[in-house]
Amino acid sequence: MSQQDTLLKVEGLKVHYPLPKSGWFQPASVVHAVDGVDFSIPRGSTFGVVGESGSGKTTAALAVMRLAPISAGTISLDGEDLGRAEGKDLRALRSKVQIIFQDPYSSLNPRMRAGAIVREAMDLMNVGDPSERDDAVVELFEKVGLRAEQTALFPHQFSGGQRQRIGVARALASRPDLVVCDEPVSALDVAIQAQILNLLGRLQEEFGLTYLFISHDLGVVQHICDEIAVMYLGQFVEQADRRSLFQRPRHPYTWALISAVPSADLKHDRQNRRVKLEGDPPSPIDLPSGCRFSGRCPFAQEQCHQHVPEFREVGEGHMAACHLIDENGVPPHERL
Amino acid sequence: MHKDRNSPLLEVNDLQVEFKTRRGIARVLDGIDFSLGAGETLGIVGESGCGKSITALSIMGLVPQPPGRVAGGTIKLKGEDLLSVDERRMRAVRGNEVSMIFQEPMTSLNPVYTVGNQIAETVLEHEGLSRRDAMDRATEMLRAVKIPAPEQRVREYPHQLSGGMRQRVMIAMALACRPQVLIADEPTTALDVTVQAQVFDLLKELQEDTGTTIILITHDMGAIAEMADRVAVMYAGRIIEAGSAADILQDPRHPYTQGLISCVPHLVSDPPVQRPTLLEIPGVVPPLTELGKGCAFEPRCGSRMPRCVREKPASYETGPEHKTACWLADAEAST
Repeated sequence: MSQQDTLLKVEGLKVHYPLPKSGWFQPASVVHAVDGVDFSIPRGSTFGVVGESGSGKTTAALAVMRLAPISAGTISLDGEDLGRAEGKDLRALRSKVQIIFQDPYSSLNPRMRAGAIVREAMDLMNVGDPSERDDAVVELFEKVGLRAEQTALFPHQFSGGQRQRIGVARALASRPDLVVCDEPVSALDVAIQAQILNLLGRLQEEFGLTYLFISHDLGVVQHICDEIAVMYLGQFVEQADRRSLFQRPRHPYTWALISAVPSADLKHDRQNRRVKLEGDPPSPIDLPSGCRFSGRCPFAQEQCHQHVPEFREVGEGHMAACHLIDENGVPPHERL
Repeated sequence: MHKDRNSPLLEVNDLQVEFKTRRGIARVLDGIDFSLGAGETLGIVGESGCGKSITALSIMGLVPQPPGRVAGGTIKLKGEDLLSVDERRMRAVRGNEVSMIFQEPMTSLNPVYTVGNQIAETVLEHEGLSRRDAMDRATEMLRAVKIPAPEQRVREYPHQLSGGMRQRVMIAMALACRPQVLIADEPTTALDVTVQAQVFDLLKELQEDTGTTIILITHDMGAIAEMADRVAVMYAGRIIEAGSAADILQDPRHPYTQGLISCVPHLVSDPPVQRPTLLEIPGVVPPLTELGKGCAFEPRCGSRMPRCVREKPASYETGPEHKTACWLADAEAST
């Protein structure tokens, strides 16, 4: 990927939240929500981040939106320093990055009409000529599959899927380059999810949008993303393009995660194919030493508990952080 | 596993439930029929608002009345009609013979009692054990649902547990009196996939040990494939297709079932290079107060016919123990 193709470049991103001290003589503890993440997204593509709750995927997305405090690292958007911009510069950059939230019920102001919600974004970002904004709102409504007269309705008069369409229209109002989608379909009914996913696909083609797509649903991520990173306790453990990742997952965590998804395909053996992961992810406050997954990894050895594995290339364009992947890129679960 | 179809454990017949709303009477359940043998698992699928949870609440005798009203039908547990027994008897049944795992482990536990207390409460109510024995049973149940250090956890409060553990506490509570029927209403929606896998394994294991009949309410076809023996697909208060899990998943006959299966991006081990467009079911579930006299799915259906607007489709046998309520099935049957 050549340099000018890259829209978003994130290097060494850390988001740490200090906790209040539990006592005068206690050391201050820190939540390592995002703990050293690097990625770049080529223009017009979709980068997915998957992980369980608490893995830091949403915090990473919020940091890109400048809605979470950045403790370390750089974020550059189209060559401009998004991570350190302040004041006017930040405001100008904000119109280029927009977000679609998870919950269409709480992310729309109940006292504003749908049209005004979308127009507000244009007014704040000073997009286009003020006299043409109402027409632009109507046009956006039609683009996301709503009708022009629905601009006059209030959010409670829409169904969940329609509300999410308003959320999409609002995100597109400032004509952004990058749209962060934070679990955009997980609050929706199954039959409605497909409508929104197809809409996002169509809009990407039409406007050349770039998506940073956050989800816990591997099926959705596989469907919509070009490149996918798997996150665990604030770090990426594996990253590859969508085919390589699912054809041959290299990190034991990715492998376990994929096998835990119930499959509607009955050809799978119901009982035996599953890898059991015991317990819950450890706390991001007291991080385990060595590999962060070592406590739940069925293959963990002495070195895994001692040393932090390097995030390295284990196949063509396929990155993973695991000591047990050998020099030919063969992961431990393939040696069973 | 003991499966006896001849003498069903639970038999629901022509169940009708109505709710009074400002816009008129909503027929929330309109003629629900199914029967279940001991040790069987029935999956009920459908979008929200199709009547899945109300079916569960009706069996538990927990339909809020008013505004709700059970307008007709029978729910027979081992031959006893739960709709005609008095509240005293229902209290004895609920939590003891039939129990339920609710959707949200975060809000379904009482935050001011220890989890041990909450599990013991069921046992105290139904089995008349001493307080100490009841607490011992609670510890034993926590161990059965694989919570580490149960002796310590039994004295903890819900906020001290993770989401997965809370859901396990809910399961422990539901199973404390060894019920014959366990209703699990979206037991894993709020959980991560790895924890969901643990919960499913646990339910299957417990079912094998105790022969409990499970009704699993879900919107996830993957969960159905994983857990269910039989499936009932609901839409707007009716069962529109029912059959064995294998039949329904591999050969769905109702356009709604077909849509539900293909509108979800299923995880595959070899994704195609070109991203396929997902099949959409257009529109949303209609308000139950505004159902016409035809098929409720007709406005969203891709293969509708003039007849669908006029009459509600009857239920047709589309295979062994496979029933479909769709006029297309009638056309197939007559050709």
